[in-house]
Order: sequence, then C-alpha cells, then structure tokens
Amino acid sequence: MIDLEVNGAAHRVDAEPDMPLLWVLRERLGLTGTKFGCGIAQCGACTVHLDGVAVRSCVTPITAAAGRSVTTIEGLAEDDGRHPVQQAWIDCQVPQCGYCQSGQIMSAAALLASNAAPTDADIDTAMRGNICRCGAYSRIRRAIKQAGEARNSV
Amino acid sequence: MSETAASEAKASEQVAKKRLGKWSRRGLITAGLLAGGALVVGVGIRPGHRAPRLRSLVAEGEEALLNVWLKIAPDNRVTAIVPHAEMGQGVHSTLAQMLADELDADWNLVDVQEAPAHEEYANYALGKGFLLGDVDIPRALVGTVDGAFLKLSQAMSLQITGGSTSVRTSGRFAMRVAGAAGREMLASAAAAAWQVPSAELVLQDSHIAHPPSKRRATYAEFAAAAAEFAPPAKPRLKTPDEFRLMGTSAPRLDIPAKVDGSAVFGIDASVDGLKVATTRRCPVFGGTVASVDDERALQVPGVLKVVNLEDAVAVIADGYWQARKGLDALTVEWAMNGLEEIDQARIFGQFSAALDLADAEGDGNTEAEAGDVEAALAGAARRLDAEYRVPYLAHASMEPMNCTVWLRDGACDVWTGTQNPLGVRAGVADIVALDAELVNVHNLYLGGAFGRRFVDDYAMQAARVAKAMPGVPIKVIWSREEDTRQDHYRPAVTSRFRGGLDAEGNPVAWRNVYVDKHEPAEAPLIPYAIPNRLVRHVSSPTHVPFGVWRSVDHSQHAFFTESFIDELAIAAAQDPYQYRRRLLADSPRHRKVLDAAAQAADWGAPKPAGTGRGIALHESFGSVVAQVVDARVQAGKVRVERVCCAVDVGFAINPDGVVAQMESGIVYGLSAALYGEIGIERGRVKQSNFHDYPMLRIDEMPVVDTVIVNSGAPLGGAGEPGTPPLAPALANALYDATGERIRVLPVSRHEWGGVEA
Repeated sequence: MIDLEVNGAAHRVDAEPDMPLLWVLRERLGLTGTKFGCGIAQCGACTVHLDGVAVRSCVTPITAAAGRSVTTIEGLAEDDGRHPVQQAWIDCQVPQCGYCQSGQIMSAAALLASNAAPTDADIDTAMRGNICRCGAYSRIRRAIKQAGEARNSV
Repeated sequence: MSETAASEAKASEQVAKKRLGKWSRRGLITAGLLAGGALVVGVGIRPGHRAPRLRSLVAEGEEALLNVWLKIAPDNRVTAIVPHAEMGQGVHSTLAQMLADELDADWNLVDVQEAPAHEEYANYALGKGFLLGDVDIPRALVGTVDGAFLKLSQAMSLQITGGSTSVRTSGRFAMRVAGAAGREMLASAAAAAWQVPSAELVLQDSHIAHPPSKRRATYAEFAAAAAEFAPPAKPRLKTPDEFRLMGTSAPRLDIPAKVDGSAVFGIDASVDGLKVATTRRCPVFGGTVASVDDERALQVPGVLKVVNLEDAVAVIADGYWQARKGLDALTVEWAMNGLEEIDQARIFGQFSAALDLADAEGDGNTEAEAGDVEAALAGAARRLDAEYRVPYLAHASMEPMNCTVWLRDGACDVWTGTQNPLGVRAGVADIVALDAELVNVHNLYLGGAFGRRFVDDYAMQAARVAKAMPGVPIKVIWSREEDTRQDHYRPAVTSRFRGGLDAEGNPVAWRNVYVDKHEPAEAPLIPYAIPNRLVRHVSSPTHVPFGVWRSVDHSQHAFFTESFIDELAIAAAQDPYQYRRRLLADSPRHRKVLDAAAQAADWGAPKPAGTGRGIALHESFGSVVAQVVDARVQAGKVRVERVCCAVDVGFAINPDGVVAQMESGIVYGLSAALYGEIGIERGRVKQSNFHDYPMLRIDEMPVVDTVIVNSGAPLGGAGEPGTPPLAPALANALYDATGERIRVLPVSRHEWGGVEA
C-alpha cells in the first residue's frame, strides 16, 4: 500500500512499486486529464507536479510519489475557477487537438510559479520537453507571457 | 473585410447560390418537433462534386450524402449536430459558426454535438437515443423513416473527416442551409402569431423582435409553432455583407474542456470492469506469428490472458502497465517470408530501376501533357536534370492508437477516435459477427490524426482482442513504439525532372516522371505557364503500408515541383520570386497569393548575414498557399528564423482558425522537412519513439506571420494546405544561404561541410 496526496486528497493505492504514477492516476484514480504519449519522458504529455515541481509521470515510479503531494491538471485551479495559465490558454486559443495541453499547462504553471516574468530563453528551457504535434508553440509562448503578466498585476 | 474582398466574396456567393439551386432540388430539408418542444431541422443533400480522393472511400461512387441537424431546445440553446470528427482542426466550431450565422443565433447559446456513427441517425436514431434520449420521433419525420431518408442515408461518406472538406461540403451545403431554413420557419411562426408582416421582424441573437409593436421573444418560444410550417425548399442564404459570425474569429467551443483535463479522448474511455490490452504486431509488415511462449508473461501480476492474433500478439491485463510488462515478457517467433531482407537502400534502388526503365523506353502513365516536350527539350538552349527523394513518414499523433470494445450478448459498444466512424462500425460488426445495427460507435475527441485515423486497423484489432474475452470491455492501447512501427506511412517517392530553357532563360519544357501515384490526382501539377509539359508516373510497389498523411501526395510533390522551378530560376540567373511571378500571368489567384507572401516577407529587403530566403507556392484542396522562409545554417544545424505565409481559402469563415491551421501545417511540414524519416531496415521500421523520430520543439519554432487573402474563390480547405509549401521554401532558402541544393529529405541528413554561413 502506498500513500500519496493527489490534488489535496489523501489516497492509498495498492500498486507494484515500479508502476508509473501516470497509470495510477489514469487507471486507479480515474484522473484521465494526464495523458500517455511516449512512456519514456520524451514528449511531456504526462507532466504533473510533484511537490510543485514538474515531472514526467510516465517514468516516475509510484514509490517516488509516496508520501508526497501530486497536482494534476484537474487540481491546478483553486476553487472552481481557472488557473491564470488555463485562462490565458483560452484567451490565446492555444489548443487544437488538445491532447498535449494538460502537460503543456502543467509545465507552464510550474515555470510561472518560480518565474513570473520568463524570458523567451526561460520559456524555451522550461517548455522544450513538451511536444505539440499540432504546432501551437507560438500561442503557447504568447499565453505564458500573458499569464505571467496577469499574475504580476494581481 | 475590405470592399474588394467583400465584392469578390459576394461574386463567389452568387456562384455558390447557383450551385445550391442546382443541388437543392435533389436535396431534402425536413423539420419536426421533438417531445419537450425542441425544433429540429435536417438537411440531406448530395453535393455534385467531391474531392477526388474521397471517391475511392465512399460506398456509392460519385454521389455522396451529407446530413446535418439543427436543434433548438426549450432553454433557447441551439445544438448543431455535425457529421465530422474534431481532431484539432476546429471543425466543430467552424461548422457551428456557419449554421449559427444563418440562424442569427447568439454564439453564447450554441452547442455542438458530433453525429453518431449511424447512417440512420437522421431518422431511427432520433428515437433511439443519441439525440433525444427517450424522446419520440418527430411527427414530421415519421413518414420518412423507411422512405427517402433511409435511402439517402446509405453513403459511407456521411461522416468521413478528411481531405480538408468539412467546411467546403458540410459547412457550405448543409450547415448554412439548415440554419437558414430554421430561421425562415421561426420568422413565419412569429409573423403568424403576432399578425405582422415577417419583413418587419428582426431576428438576432436567438431572439425575434417586432420593433413597431415592441414585442420580443426567444427562438424557443416559437420552436413548436415553427414546426407547423413547411420547411422552405430553398432558404435564402445571407450575402457576405449580412454575415455576423462568418468571417469573425469566434472562440472555439471545444477549448475550455481542453485546458482543464475534462475533454474525453478515445484513450480516456471509461466503462465498469474495463481491462486493458497492449499488442505487438509482426514488426516486418506482412509477417505472422510462428510461435508464442507465454509462460513468463502469464506470471506477471495482473496479466489475465495472452491472445495470438496470427499477425500480432495481445496481452490482456488489469491495466496498461501490467499488459506492457506482460508483452515484454513474451517470446514470439515470427514468420517473415523473406520480407526481412528488404531495406531502405533496396527500396530506393527499386524506384531508380523503375525510373531508369521508364526513361529508356519512354514509358510511364501519362497524367498531364501539353505541347511536345521531347522536341522542346531537343531545341532548348539549356537543359537541366534533377532527381529528388523523400522518405517514408509516420503520422505520430500525440495520442497513440487505441480503441475500447465491449462485446456482449447481441450488442457491441466501441469507443475510439476515428476519421471514419461508419467504417469502424461496419468493420467491427463484421469481426464480431453482429448486424451493424447492434454496434454502437462512440467517437470521442481525436488526439491528433493527420490522416492516421482514416485507417481503422487499430479498431479492428481491438475487436479481435475483445472476441477473446467476451463480456469484458477491453481497451487496446498501443505503445508509442507500436504506433511508430505500425503506421500507414506517407509513401517514399523518387521524382525525376528534366527542364529546358530558351536563350533568355524562360522555361520551355518540363518533364517529370516519378514512382507511384496516390491521390489527389492534381498533386504533381504546376500552375506555371510552361508551353511543353509532360507528367508521368510509374508503379513500383513495396511491402510498406501507406496511408494518407496531412495533404496526401501534395507534401511530396510540392517539394519536388517547387524545388525544380527554383532550380530553373537559378539556372536562368533570375530572382526566384519574379521568375514564378512572370509565369503566373494567366493565374491571377496564384499570383496574388505569391505577391502577398513576398510582400509580408519584404522579399527584396536585405537579409541578416548568413540568412537565406526561399519561396514556394502550392495549391491543394481548393486553397492556394505561398510561404517565404528565412533560414540559416549554424554550427551544422539548420535554424528557421521566420515563415511568412499567405493563404487564400476563398473566404475565411474563422480567420483565427485559418491562421492556427497555417501555423499547425507549417510546424508539421517543418518537423518532416528537418527530421522526418522512417527508415526500413530488415523489413521493419527502424525508428521507435520521439528520441529517434524527432518533432519540432518550442525552442526551434520560427516566427510565423500569416496573411489571409479572401479572393472570393469557392471555399477551400484549411487543415492541409499549409503543409506542402514549407519543405520547398526551406530547401530554396538553404540554397540561397549556402549554395547547396537539398534534393533529399530530411534536411538533417545533409552534411553541411564547410558551407557555414
């Protein structure tokens, strides 16, 4: 039995120690917003926060998450509203197919949490692990800057 | 919209209306009232012409059918029911926009639903559940249940999504008609109830007003009464000056669910008691299972069953991770029938031999011929030869192939993401030996498709796996490795050219022979006025399965033709933009787009040191796109700085949607041009995942500037036409930067040696 906190709620799951966090989230906890893309940390579709840090859940064994706090796309917004990154994603009409966007948003939110005014180079570094096959990169960059500004003006 | 654009769009609208008149006589508009007071309006139509490549995919040959429905519910919300899959192209929203504009609906009160995979949804299914739950069949439709609608509804094309056709067919011929018919019926109902001339009514934002008497009501209040009026046979469509939503960048309806994790994709399907399987097909295409040793696999905790599918093995388990571990623990021997001896070099050698033979014998299947190419070549002042080559490419949509099948007594449910839900239904029904009636396909969001999800192999495989464990819902998920190695690939092509120039450098002859023709037929054709032209293909089949890849044959042929015209311009010592421009004197639409891209890029302006600038122009799916690329070679690596794109889709229904599709098509084309290569080694695909089949990432993203040219030409597609010009514009820019001509893709294979700028 492994204890972990997901989106503020305590969970106890029975899983093999090498089972990736991704599949615990998707198949055991029903949190399907986190996506499977490659299984080897190459695409970022599975990005979640582990104690606030962006990690690739497809290569994070569940034991590495034991006793720690996991945030997924479903738990990113506080209350019923939207996280500034989610709002900026809507304002900039970022998603096309949308499949990679949970991971993109989680990476962007982690970036902005530590750096509210990222430069283009900061964005490149933080976001280059997230592939968007629909090619929404220009909009992702714009939305991150907008979300950063929204945070700064609060 | 500028005045010129408006008048041009108006002119095209006249043409569109003429066409509309032509087919609407063969069309059928019906309307009725649902229990609970919702008005429904349906349009069944048969457009007279289709994208040629869809022909082979439709059951009924030349003619095809599109059905669309509009529903106005008692809460005054409008639902547009669209027969197309949403795979990122924004089609659900754009089609709803077309319908809502004609209806004069409030965009905030508009919803979209995808039509179910049921050719009878237009009648039986109304009562059966999808649209209405337990509501009765609308009275007005009862008579049609076994009549016209049933007959009209048998074409497979009903729900195909591809060929950049949705807006051009369903949107133009059905969504707008349904909206306009609904509007006229509502107006008739209000005019009768209020005893006022309908000309005095104002319909706007889902409300009907009669200003002289200061009366105002919602559409819903007249929905029931409207159903009493016969649907107009030929409703009046708006002229562009009357558009309120078309031509505006209305926000997409699917985006809010795609930022909070609530959008449901095929892979997210959830059913009680669900088990998960993963599969490995013989890595050598066409091979079969010789033997399976499943002893170790069955010892993996959570593994339930190993299934020999003859061409593949499947492991069914409690979850994906367990299934994957089980699959890795299997020992499989494959029977490969000698196909394992085929490699990339042999395939391209085979292409060369086929082309050599055609050259030697003057052979090949002629596709286009004008003048006398051989005579013109013989008399040319200069001749130029070039051979180009492109590799196989995988689609690599972000969501790996997956499909959930629940087969139980006399029923089967299927959850997946597909571009052809009716094809999936028919295929699954065949495999599980049930009437198609009893197979219910739930088409969920597609996490990318780009043509991959036209082919239903993954769904057929899932049905075969489900048969091995009847009663249990099973979700088959492919690993990324399987997705990369079991694709239906963009075909590899070799294409040879010989061009002739006169003494002034004008092209007088264009001869092009290439291997293997697919579709669309016009892909290798050029818009340039060259008096003697000959385009031929020869057949040279391989064992590698091929499919449609964003823009189909256009992406290969645009690279060939737009590189070669550039080579002719360089040989003539002329500016590549001006050279093309002069050859487009009789093609004003193409010329205008070319000019717009050149202007956006400030073509003649000095470039930063080391940067090259290249241009390309290509028409596909009814749209014309030109792109100017600025690129440089830095530390042996190509860096694309900027892409200026001009696009003419006739009239941009949603301009921001068109811009997004250009950005997307450019990135897709750039990933392919820079890195894309599926190599064949020992009969199988060498690449496996994103580390060896790389995609463009955010730090490589160029600045993209898109200019929309609304020429008023008949509506063209937007999902695919942005891709073809990118590779040649890039290769032309790299020539400009380095003096080296890229004739073999991907660019990353090229060794730049000492050419660094």
